[in-house]
Amino acid sequence: MSRANWEVVIGLETHAQLNTASKIFSGASTAFGAAPNVQASPVDLALPGVLPVMNRAAVERAIRFGLAIGATVAPRSVFARKNYFYPDLPKGYQISQFELPVVQGGTLTIRVGEGEKAYEKVVRLTRAHLEEDAGKSLHEDFHGMSGIDLNRAGTPLLEIVSEPDMSSSAEAVAYARALHALVRWVDICDGNMQEGSFRCDANVSVRRPGEPLGTRREIKNLNSFRFLQQAIDYEIQWQIEQIEDGHKIQQATVLFDPDTGETRMMRSKEDAHDYRYFPDPDLPPLVIANEWMDEVRRAMPELPGALAARLQNDYGLSAYDAAGLTASRETARYFTDALAVVGTAQAKPLANWVMGELAARLNREERDLADSPVSPTQLAGLVARIADNTISNSIAKKVFDALWNGEGADADAIIEAQGLKQVTDASAIEPIIDEVLAANPKSVEEYRAGKEKAFNALVGQVMKASKGKASPAQVNELLKKKLGG
Amino acid sequence: MSAPETVKSLAAKLAAGEASAVELAQDYLAKIRAANPAINAYVETSEDTTLAEARAADALRAEGRAGPLTGVPLAHKDIFCQTGWHARCGSKMLESFAAPYDASLIERSRAAGLVTLGRTNMDEFAMGSTNESSYYGAVRNPWNTGHVPGGSSGGSAAAIAAGLAPAASGTDTGGSIRQPAAFCGISGIKPTYGVVSRWGMIAYASSLDQGGPMARTAEDCALLLNTFAGFDERDSTSLQRPAEDYTRALAQPLAGLRIGLPKEFFGDGMADDVRAAVEAALATFRSLGAVTVDVSLPRAGYAVPAYYVIAPAEASSNLSRYDGVRYGYRAPEYGNLDDMYAKTRAQGFGAEVKRRILIGAYVLSHGYYDAYYLQAQKVRRLIAQDYEAAFTQCDLIMGPTTPNTAYRIGQNDEDPMAMYLGDIYTTSVNLAGLPGMSIPAGFGAGGLPVGLQIVGRWFDEARMLGAAHQFQQATDWHLRTPPAA
Repeated sequence: MSRANWEVVIGLETHAQLNTASKIFSGASTAFGAAPNVQASPVDLALPGVLPVMNRAAVERAIRFGLAIGATVAPRSVFARKNYFYPDLPKGYQISQFELPVVQGGTLTIRVGEGEKAYEKVVRLTRAHLEEDAGKSLHEDFHGMSGIDLNRAGTPLLEIVSEPDMSSSAEAVAYARALHALVRWVDICDGNMQEGSFRCDANVSVRRPGEPLGTRREIKNLNSFRFLQQAIDYEIQWQIEQIEDGHKIQQATVLFDPDTGETRMMRSKEDAHDYRYFPDPDLPPLVIANEWMDEVRRAMPELPGALAARLQNDYGLSAYDAAGLTASRETARYFTDALAVVGTAQAKPLANWVMGELAARLNREERDLADSPVSPTQLAGLVARIADNTISNSIAKKVFDALWNGEGADADAIIEAQGLKQVTDASAIEPIIDEVLAANPKSVEEYRAGKEKAFNALVGQVMKASKGKASPAQVNELLKKKLGG
Repeated sequence: MSAPETVKSLAAKLAAGEASAVELAQDYLAKIRAANPAINAYVETSEDTTLAEARAADALRAEGRAGPLTGVPLAHKDIFCQTGWHARCGSKMLESFAAPYDASLIERSRAAGLVTLGRTNMDEFAMGSTNESSYYGAVRNPWNTGHVPGGSSGGSAAAIAAGLAPAASGTDTGGSIRQPAAFCGISGIKPTYGVVSRWGMIAYASSLDQGGPMARTAEDCALLLNTFAGFDERDSTSLQRPAEDYTRALAQPLAGLRIGLPKEFFGDGMADDVRAAVEAALATFRSLGAVTVDVSLPRAGYAVPAYYVIAPAEASSNLSRYDGVRYGYRAPEYGNLDDMYAKTRAQGFGAEVKRRILIGAYVLSHGYYDAYYLQAQKVRRLIAQDYEAAFTQCDLIMGPTTPNTAYRIGQNDEDPMAMYLGDIYTTSVNLAGLPGMSIPAGFGAGGLPVGLQIVGRWFDEARMLGAAHQFQQATDWHLRTPPAA
């Protein structure tokens, strides 16, 4: 059995919890982690006689998302009731949007893979609609009974539906990451996947090339990129095996078990609910006037795609660098803040520092860019001193460490206090070279015999003897002169 | 026999210091104690609560802070959430339910200083035209206790007719204020949809439900509508309009008033005694200077079928919240979750409610939605257009409120369709969202009251109330009281 003869078709449905202070149809708080049911108002509890009132802030976030993906923001959209019984669904229906969603169409450009094999792909979005979240059923700790926590009931969600444009788990993950970055970029969702603020359902099917679409199965509630990848890979393999064994795929909803790495059936198509959708008579159609759209548009930040293009066109950065620097709004803001200080001529070395040393260090210490000990201004100061030859790259790493550890207010202060200034005075370096040549007659001999490696060894010795302060270029030059002379 | 008390006469006594709110409340409570067992108009009284409210009203008056209605007693339909009282909505399902909040109408009633005499009986979840579907027993018509008082606001209508309250709140989804008003010989108005907030009014069919006052006279209805009406941001279907004085047209003479008589409301199906009373009432209007013009509502015949699709559809969803999970009735014994739902709802709801939930779920289900629900919505729009066209030829539309006088108790037990067809003149008004009222127009066979329906343009309540008041200045049907009272 081989995956080579199969095409994979994946579409994603993503629930992004909108970061409003209150719920979508009530004034109750949406804060995470409160004691059960303390953030449930009469509306959230679905007491008799209560009515929903649309939260303007949730709509505004939907508009922001629509603008960010170049979609049509519907001037008139309709809330519908999705009817089904479940104990954590207090009204017995979920208020959602069905036939007329608020966001229609749009695209998201994703970057898949790394290095030479990296490629870009444009994923089409079908729609995004506003809806309310349900509460939580707690099946443990109640001695055979279930507990219901309605704090989450009525939390605003944007359900974002893609076209089935992804053809591998890598593409699906790249899409999910790009979407995750985008909702945080436009500040509509905190993106906290552990708390369930951003979760994906993946519709997966396989077919032989040229055949019509296969029957899909939907994997529900994937709340990490790793699980998304694992679940899709498992599902692809499972479906191929089924078909190759002569079975047909039945439409179904499945769950992914992270412990076993397998998907298992939750319900088949036969068990599918008839949700009896109809327009919610408690909520008039949602009308978004052009003035409101314009207002939201004016307050939008520069989008990652536009910024990436600018970084390439105006500052000569590579597509790879531009994509890396716009992977999150925090990174982009850090970079552009630092660039404003150091000047656009240093865009490339600054990009290397941000995505290299800084990112590695943050990663190693599991810190976010937001609480980086080295500020954009400090990093800019450091890059400036490399640019004007005050310090070498290797000394710069020392200075970076010192900044990280809070040993000085800026690069200049650290260079001064720790005497790290690059030595460019030939009269100061020549005696060091003489010493090194005298102490390493064997290397000198080998170099003269034609071994280039020996020269590098001598440069290294000189650099070491200068405690790194000598300019490597200058050492090269002087050493060549002495050895050749 | 002296004329029965009205809101206006009681307010005048209070203002003149001829009676205190406590004295009035005590009078009515004594009458209720004596007469309610035979009529069953009230499902809950609480003399302590009533007298506490009355004392507070008297205190306000003593402080000089009384409004025009402070201290006037009234009853509230058991559909309005009201702290300190149960809100059982005529159902076993809510037998244990007491709302932790006040409905908008209740807040306004309290703010005006009106004193609550008790909670009036009603058809279960406002579904019915006879008050026989109440879990708390049928209400008897005070004019003939072998007959029904109408429904669903039958308790309110019977209480007023029997002199157990000068006025009461009601709700009207397909005629539930007008039809019992007609059957009991009192006045009642269903305002334009959106005039009285639905916040805290237990929903039957959200797009049709509207609260309003019931009283002896049109003038009392106007005074109470001034109290009940007003924008409420908690109800998204509440209309934001300038405050309005509904008594402003009471003194307006009828000369030149054009009364439209839809030929569809005067065809076959109307009982002779109803026809005679309505014709006599129209003759009175003409004698007062009004002119009658023939108009047509060609699609009026589709109102009952459209109503019995739309109202059950919304009800099937609105009543899903009564699931035994959070409040209200739960079956004492059940196997699993589905069994708990099934038993709870099978035991908690009565036959008429179950019938409408089944109809509603059916018309919304996959494959039937377009043929029933969507089609009914189209009919609804056409019916509204018919009224708009008719109102280009007239100022008000009049006709019988019901085709017959009050049914005998048990008459429709085997034939719900016969009961549904009794709504033939009232449902179209709800479908179009128009204001409609019923006023006493005389008596038919067996001394049972006949109601005249008055329908106005959207927001034309003041004109309707004015015309009704002028009629009541020339007639005394509204002052007649049943022999027992």
